[in-house]
Amino acid sequence: MKILVCISKTPDTTAKIAFTDNNTKFADAGVQFIVNPYDEWYALVRALELKEAGVASHVTLLTVGAADAEPIMRKALAIGGDDAIRVNAESSDSFYIASQIAAVATEGSYDLVLTGKETIDYNGSSIGGMVAELLNQPFVSLATKLDIAGGTASLSREIEGGEEKLETSLPLVVSCQKGMAEQRIPNMKGIMGARTKPLAVKEPVAVEALTTVVSFEMPPAKSGVKLVSADTPEELIRLLHEEAKVI
Amino acid sequence: MVLIFADQADGQIKKSTFEALSYGSKLAAQLGTTAEAVVLGAVDNASLEALGNYGVSKVHHDANAAFNQFDAQVYTKAIAALATQAGAKVIVFSSNTSGKAVAPRLSANLKAGLVSGAIALPDTSNGFVVKKNVFSAKAYANVQLLTDVKIIALSPNAFGVHATGGAAAVTAVSLPADGGKIKVTAVEKVTGTVPLGEAELVVSGGRGLKGPENWGLVEDLAKAMGASTACSRPVADAHWRPHHEHVGQTGGAIAPNLYVAIGISGAIQHLAGVNRSKTIVVINKDPEAPFFKAADYGIVGDAFDVVPKLTEAVKKLKGIA
Ligand SMILES: Cc1cc2nc3c(=O)[nH]c(=O)nc-3n(C[C@H](O)[C@H](O)[C@H](O)COP(=O)(O)OP(=O)(O)OC[C@H]3O[C@@H](n4cnc5c(N)ncnc54)[C@H](O)[C@@H]3O)c2cc1C
Repeated sequence: MKILVCISKTPDTTAKIAFTDNNTKFADAGVQFIVNPYDEWYALVRALELKEAGVASHVTLLTVGAADAEPIMRKALAIGGDDAIRVNAESSDSFYIASQIAAVATEGSYDLVLTGKETIDYNGSSIGGMVAELLNQPFVSLATKLDIAGGTASLSREIEGGEEKLETSLPLVVSCQKGMAEQRIPNMKGIMGARTKPLAVKEPVAVEALTTVVSFEMPPAKSGVKLVSADTPEELIRLLHEEAKVI
Repeated sequence: MVLIFADQADGQIKKSTFEALSYGSKLAAQLGTTAEAVVLGAVDNASLEALGNYGVSKVHHDANAAFNQFDAQVYTKAIAALATQAGAKVIVFSSNTSGKAVAPRLSANLKAGLVSGAIALPDTSNGFVVKKNVFSAKAYANVQLLTDVKIIALSPNAFGVHATGGAAAVTAVSLPADGGKIKVTAVEKVTGTVPLGEAELVVSGGRGLKGPENWGLVEDLAKAMGASTACSRPVADAHWRPHHEHVGQTGGAIAPNLYVAIGISGAIQHLAGVNRSKTIVVINKDPEAPFFKAADYGIVGDAFDVVPKLTEAVKKLKGIA
């Protein structure tokens, strides 16, 4: 069984969020980039566990991005994976990216495509579902558990106020979140080994974008905190009732 | 026509649906067209007619039992068929757990541009531009939908529920329901409280509470307010609280009317999950805690001293002895 893990490059969680070029571009000067945490901690690590358990034979990492995504792919390969592919294209349109992933998944006949539940920059939560539709495969979103035995996948996924357990067949697309696996810190051997793992570059397939980002903006600033003395906590409750009107 | 997916579980229309319907009917008014809803699976007729209270004139209902369990692939086919037949120009979802699975599939199926996590009605003065949360709600992006048919998945609690009164006409429809590959084997619900994502009031605790034995403080305040409980990541990691309570960048993202943070420092990754809350209250003994910068109200003080007094004050306000 072959697994394709989708990897996205995102700004570090503590990165300062600002925009340039008349608010049309993320200001990336001096920003540190990381592997999108959901892709790394949950999708990638679960894929590696499935390989270690003898369920999967091969784990390929895939990103759709420009050459500056390669250091991120090496970071991910340091955690694990047999090889990597970069589709040489940049886009903010989920459908464009999903179409590239679907093309790679078809060409390589992957049995399982894993994504993180969303990226921490675009927060789309859309790629997995689009890939599944393009491949005409089942899709399980926001999954917290994934096991595979005898060609059947058993999963848990988040629902409003709880969890649903389900079974389905392969091939399959899953978006992964907390619960799926635990974060792994790469060791020296992994980091050294990652340098020589194959990283193939593919040119994109032709696809029309369905959306485009026109501009970014910052939310209105908070007007500042109103402090209440610790000696009169009941005053806070009065404010929440009479001023904020939330209780 | 604006078509709204009215999501149900166990025959009950989900709360996030009422908000999606309110949004969809406002949008229809803006575009000068009608708002209609689609419901898949068994729901009683009174509940279907009642959707008119949120501004839809018509409800398309397919009661096929195949829809009683959720399979995004099957749901997508059915909604795509109806949207095409009925000539929907915009299809609206709540970006809840089903919306996140179906809306992207439908986008790929219909080649219709999707904006997920939308927080406002579109600006149609120059094309069709929808504002959405990006960078974990630290910024917004204005997204242009380039296609004729458009899909919007609304961020929960971003728009609010607006009841207008009125009943909808219910039409029985028969949509494709085959090809499902998912078999639901069990559903486990956390009982007793409102699901965190749907809660209007949330009381949350952090490492400042020292240990799980002190959570009575958080629970008592939450109970008095009628709030749900949440926690910071280290608290869930240490198993002081169940994982579903973890909010933040890597946990749940919520947008309640009130978020009360007790003994939480306000790390940027925590804020990423709660900064869309309408009112934020911070209780922290450290006046330098970064959370105060993101707060509307605060008390600098010891939680063990302050929180029981807050609970008493809420009880007094509500007339609970
Ligand atoms: C990639 C990444 C993702 C992350 N994702 C998340 C996430 O999703 N959610 C999340 O929460 N964190 C997340 N974190 C962790 C985050 O950076 C913080 O470490 C975490 O939020 C701190 O939790 P805390 O505020 O409960 O604890 P602390 O930072 O230890 O803060 C405890 C606070 O309690 C106060 N306090 C102590 N005693 C009292 C008292 N008696 N009365 C009142 N106040 C008191 C202290 O002044 C302090 O401000 C993430 C980190 C990384 C690197």
